[in-house]
Order: sequence, then C-alpha cells, then structure tokens
Amino acid sequence: MLDAGSFDLRRYISRNPQSIAVWIALLALVIFGLIRYDNFGGAYNITAFLNYNAMFIIISMGMCFVILTGGIDLSVGSVAAFTSVIAAYLSPHGIEIALPCAVLAGLVFGMLNACCIIYLGIPPFIATLATMIGAKGGALVISGAQTVAVDWGSNFTKLGMEKAFSVFPWTIVVVAAVALLLWVVLEKTTLGRTVLAVGGGEDASVMMGLKVNRAKFFAYALSGGCAGLAGVFLASGFGAGQPLEGIGWELSAIAAVVVGGTLLTGGMGSLPATIAGALLLGLVFNLLNFENGKGVVSISAYWQMVIRGAFLFVVILFQARVMKSRSQRVAG
Amino acid sequence: MKRSTFSLKRASKHGGLIALVILLLFNILVTPNFFQLQTLSVNISQVATIAIVAMGMTLVIATGGIDLSVGAVMALSGALAPLIFGSQFGIDYPVLGLIAALCIPMIVAMLCGWFNGAIVAYIGVQPIIATLILFISGRGIAQVLTNGNLQTFQNPAFSYLGTGKILGLPFQGWLALAIAAILALVISRTTFGRYLLAVGGNERAASLSGGPVRKVKIGAYIICSALAGLAGLIVVAINSASDAARNGELMELDAIAAAVVGGALLQGGRAPVFGAILGAVIIQLVKYTLLANGIEDEYALIAKALIILAAVYLQMGRRGKHA
Repeated sequence: MLDAGSFDLRRYISRNPQSIAVWIALLALVIFGLIRYDNFGGAYNITAFLNYNAMFIIISMGMCFVILTGGIDLSVGSVAAFTSVIAAYLSPHGIEIALPCAVLAGLVFGMLNACCIIYLGIPPFIATLATMIGAKGGALVISGAQTVAVDWGSNFTKLGMEKAFSVFPWTIVVVAAVALLLWVVLEKTTLGRTVLAVGGGEDASVMMGLKVNRAKFFAYALSGGCAGLAGVFLASGFGAGQPLEGIGWELSAIAAVVVGGTLLTGGMGSLPATIAGALLLGLVFNLLNFENGKGVVSISAYWQMVIRGAFLFVVILFQARVMKSRSQRVAG
Repeated sequence: MKRSTFSLKRASKHGGLIALVILLLFNILVTPNFFQLQTLSVNISQVATIAIVAMGMTLVIATGGIDLSVGAVMALSGALAPLIFGSQFGIDYPVLGLIAALCIPMIVAMLCGWFNGAIVAYIGVQPIIATLILFISGRGIAQVLTNGNLQTFQNPAFSYLGTGKILGLPFQGWLALAIAAILALVISRTTFGRYLLAVGGNERAASLSGGPVRKVKIGAYIICSALAGLAGLIVVAINSASDAARNGELMELDAIAAAVVGGALLQGGRAPVFGAILGAVIIQLVKYTLLANGIEDEYALIAKALIILAAVYLQMGRRGKHA
C-alpha cells in the first residue's frame, strides 16, 4: 500500500501551489543564515532549534487536521499547559507512565471539543474557546497556580534533554515518528481522505455517505492528543510543569498551518508544508538571535512578533491571489 | 419536546437578565459588604473596559466576523499615549500634548481597524486570520515602541479617564453607557446600522440589493478598533502606567465571551450593544462573586467557560425554533 515511489513531486506541486512557496521561503532563510552567520549550521544550533520547536510542530500538525475539516482549535495552548502539569506530577513513575497519561488527558480534552461541536452543534470557535479557558483554569487548580518541578531522578527529563543514539534529541525522533504516522493517515487511509473531503464540502460529503462525524471527531481528538504530547515536551524540556505557559500557542499553530498553505476553509493543505510553516516562524526568532549575536545592529526581540505578523500578511496576500486565479480558471 | 424548546426559547431570551438577577440576589445574601458604593465603583471600573471593547466586538460579530486584535490594539494605543504627553512637545505644551495623546492613539487604532476591515472585505480573508496578523504583530509594535519598558507617569488630567468620578461613580462607566446609547441609535436609526445587520444576516442578498457591503464591514472593524483603543487608554489611565506586554492581554476572549453571553449571534445579523454590557457585567460579577467568597481565580475561569457554552447552547435552541 505504502510504497515510496508513489510520491510524485510534480503532482505535489500542482496540488499544493501555495505550499511550494513556504518551502522556497524556508530554504531561502536557511541559506541566508548559513552564509551570514558562523555556527548557524552547527550541530548545537540545529538540535537546540529543533528541540525548542518540537512542541510547536506537534501542535501545528494536530491543528492542521482540524483546519482541514474546516474547523479551528483554540484550546491547544491551555491543554498543553494542563498536560505539562500532569506529566510533571507523574514524572517520578518515569516517562513510560507520564507520557501516555498526559497524552490521554489531552485526548480527553480533544474529545470534549469534538462532542460539543458534533453532538451539541456548538461552533468550533466557541466550543474550543470554552475549553481553552476551562483547561487553563483546570491547570491552575491542579497545580495550585505554581510551576510543578519534575523528578530529575527518573528517566522523565531524558525525553526533552538527551539525545537518541547521541545524535538527535529524543523529542525530534518522536516528532518525526508522529509526523510520518500522521502523513500516512492523511494521504493513505480512508479516514484521512474523509478529513480532506469534509473540509472540501461537508454537505456533499454527508450525501456521499462518508463518515463525516467520525472524521471530525478524529481531527479534534488528535489535536487534543498532540497538545498533550506538546505538554510532555514542555515539562520534560524545561524541567517543570507550567500551568501559565501556552498563551498564544493556538494562534502560532494556526499561523504555521496558514503559512504552510493550508486553506482555512478546509479541504486543501499538506502536513509537510505545515511543518515547514512552523519551522519558518521559529527560524525568524533564531535568525534574529544570530543577528544580535554579531553585534553590528541590535534588533529588539520584540521585532520577532512584528516580523511573524508581516510573514503571515504576505502569505495571506499570496494565498488570496492564488485562490482568485484558480476561481477565474474554473469560471473561464 | 415542543414544551422544552419553548422553555429553552424563553430562557435564552431573558437568560442574561435572569442570570444577572440571580447573581445579584446571591451576592446581597451571601457576600459581605456587597451592597456598598465602593464595591459598585470597583466593579464598574473593572467592567467598563470589557464592556467598551465588547460593544465594538458585537458590531464586528454582527457582520459575521470576529476581531482577535483588540487586545493588541489596546496595548498599542496605551503605549502611544504616555510617549506623546511625556515627550518634549507634550511637556512644553501640556494642553496640546494631552489632546494629541488622546487623538493620535485613537487614529492609530482606527487605522488598525481599517487594516483588518480591508483585508476581510477586499481580499476576502477569513476574519480570524485577517485579525490574527495584528494580534501577533500589534503588541510587538507596542513593545518595540516602548522597548518593552513599563512607562509610569504622573498626569492627573489624563488619569481622569480611568480614575475620574461623576456622581460618585467611575467616569468610564458613564462613558460606556454613553457609547452604548450612541451605538444603539446608530444601529437602529442610520442606514449604516441597517446595512450592518443586513450584511451579517445575508451577505449575498445585501450585496445583490446594492448595499455597500465592503464599506459597512470596514466601518464595523474601524469602530471596534477605535473602542479597543479607547479601552487601552482607560487601562493606562487607571494604572498611571503603560505595560505593553500586559495591557489588553486576553481581552479578545473576554470581549467575545461578553458579546456572546449578551446575545450576539456568531453567524451575524444581530447587534445587541446593551446585551454586550450585560454580558460583560455577568462575567465580571461571576468573577467578583467567586473572589469575594474566597474561591480562587482559577475556578472563575472554569465558571466562565461553562457560562459561554451555556449561552451559545441556549442560542442554538432559539435558532432551532426558527428553522
């Protein structure tokens, strides 16, 4: 079923015209960094960069599925904060207990979202907004509004701080595995194709007899689970469960998905481009650090938000043009 | 079944008022020192900014949109004001400086609203994404302007916005009421108001019947941002300090919540501005009730989440009746 030869670059480009832009932009930034800064391509920078951005890549991938169905999930940041506290509490029992339990907690929040949206008919924006506020409150309640230190004696912090086979941080290995799995699900399974179909046209999908509710349920549960995993990364990488973290993560994730060329109305987009979008937004900050390190000019760290916003603006303009030319082609 | 939808309809129509009465009765009976002028003043001064922003949000929601950038716009206008009256020009000409410190942030805020509205109306981008741009970069611009520093100041005339009192009650509370009255008149009596509701009710029909859909949408975003800018100034005036990192943080959520609890339909077509005030008051009172009775803030968040869900669920019941 899954053969490597089935990946056709030309087909990928023609199906995802916006996605190609994010790859070009990412490549351009990397080349710029490599030429301008020493140590940019060094092993330390690469692993530190990927390690830090692992959480954002994970939640962006979950968000990508939700957005593909035409929905939105605002709760991911709060859910990650909640599960980071859970993971920190369970850290004495080791990663093999803490990780599944935290992911499970995230899944429960995701399923809660799914039930509100599918069975109560509450708009995704409001349902996940309520979960966002509620999960934040929950995280503060169970942690007593304090950061919760992890147990350094167990193997819990290995995930966030040590390297697998002394090459790549464990977080990267986990992210790569999840990404591969989700890519297969999206591209090669009925469930994944249904997710795309639902976003393309929900009513049409229902009429075609597709299991629309199952696809939507899967997307929201997955997004919750991904947020749960991001919470584990957070606790493991920084050595504490942090109930106050996660503010604005949902919007960073949405921005990453949009920059990756996924249409916010759903139905079209790609998982690899989402990862590229998350990396691109993270790279802005990384490059800014290097620029300041050179000491020629000093750019305030606050510029990174301005630059990220500008990126988003450019991508949106680009997307709008592509959509317009496409609809003209269809019309003409 | 029929009976249950009927009672649901009734509950949703007066749900906000019923909730308010229950909250007030509960507080009068249980909370110590609730029935005092000082309690009233504290609550009014806190609720006014949420109410002002929520009214603007209500107009945007009435067009079927949403504005995530209100908190960032608050930070931006709040950062600008002390920069202006604290500048050399502001010190040399205190009166002109004060006027500029009030006008320029408002103009900048309106430009932000125009930016949001233009992306939504002319480029056709979904409002969540269009306003996400300024949500991300607006606060960044405010922090770049102030270099991330807390700006403290002494300026009694400017501080009147946040600390002044009329008839013993905070100035900003009266301001919120005045704005509500003006907006209610605009919505019910002007062509802009009629088109606003028409655009949200059925954009295609409004456009086919020759309505200036784009202009109306941009107008709604400009009003929303202007009110957010005003709220930003009030917060700065209350604190006699401007903190670009904190000013208006999470305000978009409070404002959306207040608008929805106040009866705004997310699909658009309704603009209950007094409802937005009611929604803001309910959310504030829940928070106050829990705090005053020794229950911590984090439970207030969970309560807020449940209120929003309940409000929207009741709305759904009402719409079901129509369909």
